[in-house]
Amino acid sequence: MWFTLDNLATAHDTHEGAAHSSTGLSNVKLGMWLFLGTECLLFGGLISTYMLYRGRVGTGPRPSQVFDIPFTSVSSFVLLMSSLTMVLAVSAAHKRDDRSTNLWLVITALLGATFVGGQVYEFTAFYNEGMGFSTSLFSSSFFVLTGFHGVHVTVGIIMLLALRGMLKNNKVPGSRAETVEMIGLYWHFVDIVWIIIFTLIYLIPA
Amino acid sequence: MANIENFATPSSAMGALKRPVVTKGWREWVFTVDHKKLGIMYMATAMFFFVVGGLEAVLIRLQLALPNGKILNADLYNQMFTMHATTMVFLFVMPMAAGFANYFIPLQIGARDVAFPRINAFGFWALLFGGLFINLSWFLGGAADGGWFMYAPNSGPIFSPSHGVDFWALGLQIAGIASLTGAINLIVTILNMRAPGMKLMRMPIFTWMILVVQFLLAFAVPVITVALFLLSFQRNFGATFFDVAAGADPLLWQHLFWIFGHPEVYILILPSFGIISEVLPVFSRKPLFGYPFVVFSGAAIGFVGWGVWAHHMFASGLGPVSVAVFSISTMAIAVPTGVKIVNWTLTLWGGKLWFTTAMKFAIGLIVLFTIGGLSGVTHSVAPSDTQQTDTYYIVAHFHYVLFGGAVLGLFSGFYYWWPKMFGKMLNEKLGTWNFWFMVIGMNLTFGPMHILGLQGQPRRMYQWTENRAGEGFFNLAFWNLIASIGSLVLVVGVFLFLVNIFITARSGKVAPLDPWGARSLEWMTSNPPKEHNFDSIPTVHHLDEFFHRKYAEDANGQMQQIATAEEVLKQLEDNADAHIHMPSPSYWPIVIAFGLPVTCLGVIYSIPLAIFGGLIILMGAFGWALEPSTAPDTDFDPPSSSNTSKDVVHVG
Repeated sequence: MWFTLDNLATAHDTHEGAAHSSTGLSNVKLGMWLFLGTECLLFGGLISTYMLYRGRVGTGPRPSQVFDIPFTSVSSFVLLMSSLTMVLAVSAAHKRDDRSTNLWLVITALLGATFVGGQVYEFTAFYNEGMGFSTSLFSSSFFVLTGFHGVHVTVGIIMLLALRGMLKNNKVPGSRAETVEMIGLYWHFVDIVWIIIFTLIYLIPA
Repeated sequence: MANIENFATPSSAMGALKRPVVTKGWREWVFTVDHKKLGIMYMATAMFFFVVGGLEAVLIRLQLALPNGKILNADLYNQMFTMHATTMVFLFVMPMAAGFANYFIPLQIGARDVAFPRINAFGFWALLFGGLFINLSWFLGGAADGGWFMYAPNSGPIFSPSHGVDFWALGLQIAGIASLTGAINLIVTILNMRAPGMKLMRMPIFTWMILVVQFLLAFAVPVITVALFLLSFQRNFGATFFDVAAGADPLLWQHLFWIFGHPEVYILILPSFGIISEVLPVFSRKPLFGYPFVVFSGAAIGFVGWGVWAHHMFASGLGPVSVAVFSISTMAIAVPTGVKIVNWTLTLWGGKLWFTTAMKFAIGLIVLFTIGGLSGVTHSVAPSDTQQTDTYYIVAHFHYVLFGGAVLGLFSGFYYWWPKMFGKMLNEKLGTWNFWFMVIGMNLTFGPMHILGLQGQPRRMYQWTENRAGEGFFNLAFWNLIASIGSLVLVVGVFLFLVNIFITARSGKVAPLDPWGARSLEWMTSNPPKEHNFDSIPTVHHLDEFFHRKYAEDANGQMQQIATAEEVLKQLEDNADAHIHMPSPSYWPIVIAFGLPVTCLGVIYSIPLAIFGGLIILMGAFGWALEPSTAPDTDFDPPSSSNTSKDVVHVG
């Protein structure tokens, strides 16, 4: 979690801008893409663990007994829509439209928060149905994978709101549009990861 | 939109968020973001842990010197070998290579700092705190004792009831964060901040090898991050990821660990390959033989290194297809390594060899690494490897590649670059003693382990008994004693190096500008380099740019000196940039890094403490983000070329 926070910070550590860049990409953008590359491996490891253990329910509930696919589909849709609003925020930032940028950032954060709220509800429901963190290998790997994703979304929300506050108070050094774009890259990545997770966990029967 | 007026510009921040401006005393180091200072701090930290890990090794060897050793009990012995390996791999070789990379990458590519100076500082502090955190377990109930690859079930609560493994897992997590941030930082630096004309194929080999290493780190560290998280969840929060009784598959840990662990091997060795690829041409008075081959074989190692991990697991029953595939890939990866050996040898061939201490260590690497590499190739023969798994033969192999390879390369780097870093020459005479003690010591220590291992002495046994020691040439007692004596010779060798540092600091010879007749950009500045590295950024026209500024072909095709190093430097100074903008120091890297061990202590002992640590990190992140990009009230423009003094005013 701290690491992605650090990337918010990365966006401001631009002592050498794109003017000095050998590749033409700015340092921040290249760094963010590399960071997302490392995140692929992180989620790759977690997804592998889940795929290995998805059928090992022991005496606990099976996936089909606890999953509420319509509910999770709706919250997934909300998260995907947040990518659209993020695009609108980046677009507004490039047009130097501060008002719209702020608006879309806040809406993106709210949609993200709705998703996280749905996840909290879902976790609580699973727990009440007898599927705790240590109930079975399936439950542990499910909670770790979706929990890591949820933490990533939460960090994204913090970054969106922090960014909004910093934009408002004119505290963003360097290019404002690029900073919004960086948070956007992170946000889209987290959404794409969710598409994979949602497909593997909920849509493909174990 | 509503702007709050008094926050009009980023630099007029609240008092608490100002950049530190003190440039004297301890604060100069604690808040620095200078890549050279951080490089030295990395090296000093690594050297400290080298001594710690070395003392652990000596205790291990003293325990095994004679039958029925009584120096350590079985439990303490387990902790000792686990921590010896963990310390040497994660807290000595990796940070030492990171120190060299930090110090020399910007200099070699003609940059004034790394891409993200504050993240660089953060990485160092995270590494230091992570290392101290792991070693804290010695004083809080015992260190980790499951071996450095921490297989289940040894990592579980039944076989490892103390908090040692918890400290180990979380401490490595912190060190991993340091590696990850460092990797992203250095990749961006190398790809983005090269001097004009410094194409990829004009970069020094050391820079190339570090680039490959950082890509390996960036993609290997997240995998062990997952493994360590799973282990921590199992030990601290009741999950059963590696618990066979609960239906888990303990091979999951082995796969995750070695998918990280094998690239890690190349993470350890490639920086040293890079160092000696700088040293050998300089002291052979020839360009590196087959530069593109050395570059591409390094990159090939980087790719193939991802496809060999299961050769660590031949004994685990993977099935014939997997074993065959990983046997073949293991044989294949020997090829690019062999290419490098050939290139180094042909660099020496016909050169005017100058046997400085740095050169001796470099040649030592070629010879000793080749021995270790050959025993490594034998591991690709799966039936033979199955026989040797977990014997001293394995211990002999990886010490030849890691000590004979990685460590000798780092020592070569010390002697080669010491005048660059500190402006003084390490004593060459003492250096020669240092070299021979280390080489003889290492062969005495690790050579006999081949014999011990082939005879079947298991690694990690804490005692051996005389009645099973065997006879004649295969007498285990004799070779164990020799190995233990060798470890003491090794200690003398390393001690001589520390003495050399001390003597050099007290009364060393002041280094000339270009003591070795070097070839690359890091020598095109003063010794030690100025804070801003270069007065003007050189434009690069050749591989080995510095050499080509000193020498040119005459009409007969002979290389003739056209300028001295002093003249080359003078030319850069005469064209000094008028405005040099250097990053300011910062409070926040150490604050965020400090939050990490606090959080991890909380995970082990009390969740409120973990939350408190998390708040420190969060607060630090906001402090970081809100920090103005430059120190207030500081003149960032160093004296321009009109000024006779070329030193930059400390930037704050």
